Amino acid sequence: MRPASLVKVLPAALVVAVLAYLPYLPIELPGILPGRVNGPGSLQLLATCLVIAGVALSYDVLFGRTGLLSFGHALFVAAGSYLLTISLADWSLPLPVAIVVSLATTTLLALVVGGIALRVGGIAFAMVTLAFAQAASIIVMRNPGGVTGGEEGKSLNRSAAPDLLVGVAHAPYRYWLALGFVVVSFVAVTLLVRSRAGHAMAAIRENEARAAVLGFDTYRVKLLAIVVGAFLGGLGGVVHALVLGGSSPHVTTTEFTLALLIMVVLGGAGSTWGALLGGFLYTYADARLVELSGAGFADALPDVAQQVLAEPLFVLGLFFIVIVYFAPAGLTGLGGRLVRRGRAT
Amino acid sequence: MTDFVLIMVTGVGLGALYFLAASGLSIIYGLMGVLNFAHGAFMMAGSYAGWLTMGALPGSWSVATRLLVAVVVALAVGAVIGLLVEVVLIRPLYRHHIQQVLVTVGLSLASVAAAQGIWGADPRPVEKPEWMGGTTLVLGARLPNDRFLFILVAVAVFLGLLALLHYTRLGLIIRAGVENRTMVEALGINVHRTFTVVFALGGAAAALAGLLYSQYAGTVSPAQGGSLLIYAFIVVVIGGMGSLVGTAVAAVAVGLVQQLANFYAASGVGDLSVVLLLALVLLLRPSSLKGAHA
Repeated sequence: MRPASLVKVLPAALVVAVLAYLPYLPIELPGILPGRVNGPGSLQLLATCLVIAGVALSYDVLFGRTGLLSFGHALFVAAGSYLLTISLADWSLPLPVAIVVSLATTTLLALVVGGIALRVGGIAFAMVTLAFAQAASIIVMRNPGGVTGGEEGKSLNRSAAPDLLVGVAHAPYRYWLALGFVVVSFVAVTLLVRSRAGHAMAAIRENEARAAVLGFDTYRVKLLAIVVGAFLGGLGGVVHALVLGGSSPHVTTTEFTLALLIMVVLGGAGSTWGALLGGFLYTYADARLVELSGAGFADALPDVAQQVLAEPLFVLGLFFIVIVYFAPAGLTGLGGRLVRRGRAT
Repeated sequence: MTDFVLIMVTGVGLGALYFLAASGLSIIYGLMGVLNFAHGAFMMAGSYAGWLTMGALPGSWSVATRLLVAVVVALAVGAVIGLLVEVVLIRPLYRHHIQQVLVTVGLSLASVAAAQGIWGADPRPVEKPEWMGGTTLVLGARLPNDRFLFILVAVAVFLGLLALLHYTRLGLIIRAGVENRTMVEALGINVHRTFTVVFALGGAAAALAGLLYSQYAGTVSPAQGGSLLIYAFIVVVIGGMGSLVGTAVAAVAVGLVQQLANFYAASGVGDLSVVLLLALVLLLRPSSLKGAHA
């Protein structure tokens, strides 16, 4: 490896090293994390944040990299998650086979759904993907034959999962699994973006008509983006099910896809770090804002205002609108702008 | 036969609700190209405005009178909210369609969360006039009375909007704008003012839909608007974005398909068949999405 590329890899490697070390850190961060950093509660929270960050990155392959506004990404995450839990519990497959089955089926699903939805473009594409995801969500909620568990969700078959991933004491292993998923997604997306196909995706995002005139087969490139995004999303669903010990119907809903969209825009669309940061912060804020808002500074406000501020989605929604107006490139874009301004003066 | 009549009327009744929810969405999309995700929030605002009004009015008034006042209040609230959203949030992002979608997504998220914080996530019961809860015997079928009311209101709104579009100057501008907005601007007409009016109209229609839907469900809850919004989207897409007649036809078709499938297949198949209908329409007539004449 050339020294120049080593320097580029260094910050990412450093972040991964620090994150991987967290389960050995027995300190308390009052307010920020529940209990000790290496306690099971904190690690479970961080693991969830990491998985969702990786899923947000998979959505960014469509939205930020290729310019496809899809409202159906939840379909693929849910497919990975539910296929894993169902194949472990109902079909009694061993874990590796179950993972392969989940990912293969999710990829196939992406080929079919993407192939159909890409017949139309723009807002219509968004609507078609929304409809497919909604259909899947309805099926999961109706619980056909008791397979999906309906609104309760479907819990992981604990006897089929390896011992290292089950139980409170093994929280660090689940955390490392989530971190591993993020690293895999990061590497995959980085390689994709640098490849020929990645450049074609960027060309389509900037000006699809021009890319088509230049000789790119835009339909195939867009389908590739959907399939890669769905594969990584499905992998995220598998890891999500393993980390959280089951599939929740929440990952099938349109709200989940909208949340992914918000995460990506919040962090910075079309930026690997941005999507990861957005996904991590959104999930963290969603889980922790309730405790943070109860920290005392809101006591002076009337009751109604306190109740509203205690809704994490209210705060996140407003923050999101502000970002769309004043920092269209997201948090990472904002950071980059500030750094450049600092250098200029 | 009895079942068939019942399904027909309930299906058209449901379609009437879908039409009310989709009409504003369709005109807004056709004229401005804005996919308004906040439409669900408008509906929620209407249902809560109606619920609060009915609770605040003296209990000595009959339920029907209070409902009538609630409808007026909901219409006003919906129109004001639509107007504010257009002027404050949508206008600065003119010609940035993706950003407009994002802003309305953020708005719908925040407003549903706010309603949850103030009134709680659980459904609250709504008072219903006695007549609306009853049934009428037609051709041997016991038909719920509220469906007739929904159909009546939807037909009135449909005719009203058609008259507005075809017999007023504003309607002329809207129709011309849907057809070719740049040309209308070039002719020296202020389309922006029309945008505001259209958003206010859409907000009022949405609020009415939300209020009637809460009557249909018997409860108000923050999640109601969102679930109705998905069907409204489907109706708008099937009907051809921007076409009012298409929206009306699609709304009735979706309502009927849903009820028929729910009855003759199994409960829950109706929702799926609606989605299938959408996929079919898109595959057979992708051109219907490009927007038709208003």
